[in-house]
Amino acid sequence: MTGKLLSIRGLTKAYPGVVANSDVSFDIEPGEVHALLGENGAGKSTLVKMIYGLVKPDSGHMVLQGREYTPAEPQAARAAGVAMVFQHFSLFDALNVAENVALGMANPPKTSELAAKITDVSEQYGLPLDPWKIVGDLSAGERQRVEIIRCLLQDPKLLIMDEPTSVLTPQEVEILFATLRKLKAEGTSILYISHKLEEIRALCDEATILRLGKKVGTCVPRDTSAAQMAELMVGSELHRPERAATVPGAVRLALRGLSVTSPGQFGTSLKDISLEVRAGEVLGLAGVAGNGQDELLAALAGEILAKPGMVVLDGAEIGAKGPGARRKMGLLTAPEERLGHAAAPNMSLTENALLTGAEREALMQNGFLKWGKAKSFAEAIIKRFDVRTPGPETAARALSGGNLQKFVIGREVMQRPDVLVVNQPTWGVDASAAAVIRQALLDLAVGGAAIVVISQDLDELMEVADNFAALNEGRLSEIRPAKGLSMEEIGLMMGGAHGLEVAHA
Amino acid sequence: MLTLEKRPQPSKALSYITPVLAVIVTMIAGGLLFAALGKDPVVAIRTIFWEPLFGEFASYYRPQLLVKGGPLILIALGLSLGFRAGIWNIGAEGQYIIGAICGAGVALAFYPLDAWYIFPLMVIAGALGGWAWAMIPAILKVKFGTNEILVSLMLVYVAEQLLASMALGLMKNPEGYGFPGSRNLQQYPAAFNGELIAGTGMHWGVAAAFIAAIFSYILLNRHILGFQIRLTGEAPRAAKFSGVKPARLVLICMGVAGALAGMAGMFEVAGPSGQITLSFNVGYGFTAIIVAFLGRLHPVGIILAGLLMALTYIGGDVAQSRLQLPAAAIQMVQGMLLFFLLAVDVLTNYRIKMTKREVA
Repeated sequence: MTGKLLSIRGLTKAYPGVVANSDVSFDIEPGEVHALLGENGAGKSTLVKMIYGLVKPDSGHMVLQGREYTPAEPQAARAAGVAMVFQHFSLFDALNVAENVALGMANPPKTSELAAKITDVSEQYGLPLDPWKIVGDLSAGERQRVEIIRCLLQDPKLLIMDEPTSVLTPQEVEILFATLRKLKAEGTSILYISHKLEEIRALCDEATILRLGKKVGTCVPRDTSAAQMAELMVGSELHRPERAATVPGAVRLALRGLSVTSPGQFGTSLKDISLEVRAGEVLGLAGVAGNGQDELLAALAGEILAKPGMVVLDGAEIGAKGPGARRKMGLLTAPEERLGHAAAPNMSLTENALLTGAEREALMQNGFLKWGKAKSFAEAIIKRFDVRTPGPETAARALSGGNLQKFVIGREVMQRPDVLVVNQPTWGVDASAAAVIRQALLDLAVGGAAIVVISQDLDELMEVADNFAALNEGRLSEIRPAKGLSMEEIGLMMGGAHGLEVAHA
Repeated sequence: MLTLEKRPQPSKALSYITPVLAVIVTMIAGGLLFAALGKDPVVAIRTIFWEPLFGEFASYYRPQLLVKGGPLILIALGLSLGFRAGIWNIGAEGQYIIGAICGAGVALAFYPLDAWYIFPLMVIAGALGGWAWAMIPAILKVKFGTNEILVSLMLVYVAEQLLASMALGLMKNPEGYGFPGSRNLQQYPAAFNGELIAGTGMHWGVAAAFIAAIFSYILLNRHILGFQIRLTGEAPRAAKFSGVKPARLVLICMGVAGALAGMAGMFEVAGPSGQITLSFNVGYGFTAIIVAFLGRLHPVGIILAGLLMALTYIGGDVAQSRLQLPAAAIQMVQGMLLFFLLAVDVLTNYRIKMTKREVA
């Protein structure tokens, strides 16, 4: 096994009720960018957690640079030269960049020395970053750079990156890729996790494809078409959502100069947002995470109140009305965070069906609940959206993220909204279920509803949206027809590359 | 090595078993405590938990079960609504005192008139008094975001001062030879909350407790308001998304808890206690917090827990007089009950797993 950086042989990990990884083997060469490809729930995360020492495999072994490698904890993995950038950052908003980096080190040097080091590394790899900036003020892309630099300071031999581009604008993706290519040229290997096929074709030398915890194939991404890879990943041909052509009708939802202050300290306030969505229209709103998506959804749901005339539904001014009143009038929403926001974790699916459906589905009479009807409603959602669960009495937290997402979206779709606003509707959902959700949104539009889809998945927006705009620091870009927009244009609408654009000039 | 693993779903069975388990562990720890005090632990535990029910003088003690359990259950039912929603009214003792003062005030104002409407008026006055006292922390929380735990707790001490001033001043019995304390309402038939069925301890307050339990059950299980209360406690953000108005919920939960505590105080002053005295309040308002949690914040559980706590009160008295156990030791046993319940509660949400320590 000489020459290989990391050899993985027969890794298996089972959780109660599900086998996350079954007998997975592959090799990573020095200086190779290796893609780990698979749908959500295919077992990618578990696999890299085993490599990073967060999860102990049930069986199988790993060899790193010719030596048996069994990391008991992430610290051991880092000591052996394995670093990882997580999809969700572990940074403290109130501290500056250098302090955050210092927190992750065993023996941090003085902050001023560390800051100098950070500046060095950031210049060397083209990752513009000011070590003295407070993390709470950074964009998602800049935060990711903090995490990457934190890893690079350890001089890793293998860098694991979990879905790194999900929070980046197209321009920022280019900066990241340039950095990764530079690292590769210096001999660092990269294990790159993604389900975005074009990215993998652009960047990776080798790809290992996982499906349902098993390795189902390998390919050289450059020589394989995206369609072929998708088929390997999904196991069958994908159903593309279709829609009948519709003529946009009257304006159903209008925002007129919507400005609200974010309730959170590091939240993003909305600044003068105006838009119109017509019956039968799907408006796609892109934007890097943390640019006002959550606040916009809250302002539309009625969780954040505005001046009456700022939100207009079918001609009625509803800006100052609460969630219950808006729901009654036909404006339904589904927030991004499933557990704790869209659903109550410890409550059953029946109770969670009541959470938004009580009024519109007539699940109560004079305030008294009709449990039988609520249960039937929950069962109807479970059936139509293929929610995998033992039954409506199951607690929401017992469902996998994707299944709960199907339930949460299904709950709103089945209430026949006049206007539906969804944030990240297919986040963490496997490809076939995502197609079902998108199809349901399109069907609603055809039925005369106005739909607003807020998403960070540009492919998703291009697939469903008639019109397209982007949120950037709480402001809305101009709204343009989605057809014919280039990635370049979309990137600029999203605010281009946050920070310095000239890093790779 | 022992590790805790989160259960995918809270265990239903264990949520019923843990209160029983907590009682057993309390008996063991209490026994050790009594042994350390130089008493025979078996005799002490037997005296507290067994004698009042099945001992020689049980016929005297048993009615006391309802007399002591009634106010505990009534107060705990009110508190449980707020606790479910994450609203922490710790000041039921104060609301209880104010309810008693208002109830007694109505009675004393009409004294010695004999009319059917006096007792109902006293009930209303007691409920309103407790409600008003609870509205102070509630409104401060809603308007200024103050912490209801601190404000409601501090108002207990204010209420105690008010009680003392009433017993020594305004409500002092003019025929009491200068001793502190009001007229004894037990000797004022129009106001007296006597036994409904002789020899059972059953008075109007106990009846009110059972009625309140039924209403509480219906509210929590069948009504949208109860659903909103539970939802707010489980997931505040989801509740807000659902359209629950948090301020409204604070006012309702605090108000109901205050009214029930006030009623409990009124029934007590008109019945078993009989008069406003310096030592009128005996901590029911605080013990009811234990009762609420021991009963799993569930109406039926609260009834059982209230009776159990009443038993420790009665048994504690017996143990004090017969075994010379200090009163503080009895209170410690009551406290342990809550302590161990919260400790074993972990098991409903987590399971214990034995894992071998991994070698790096």
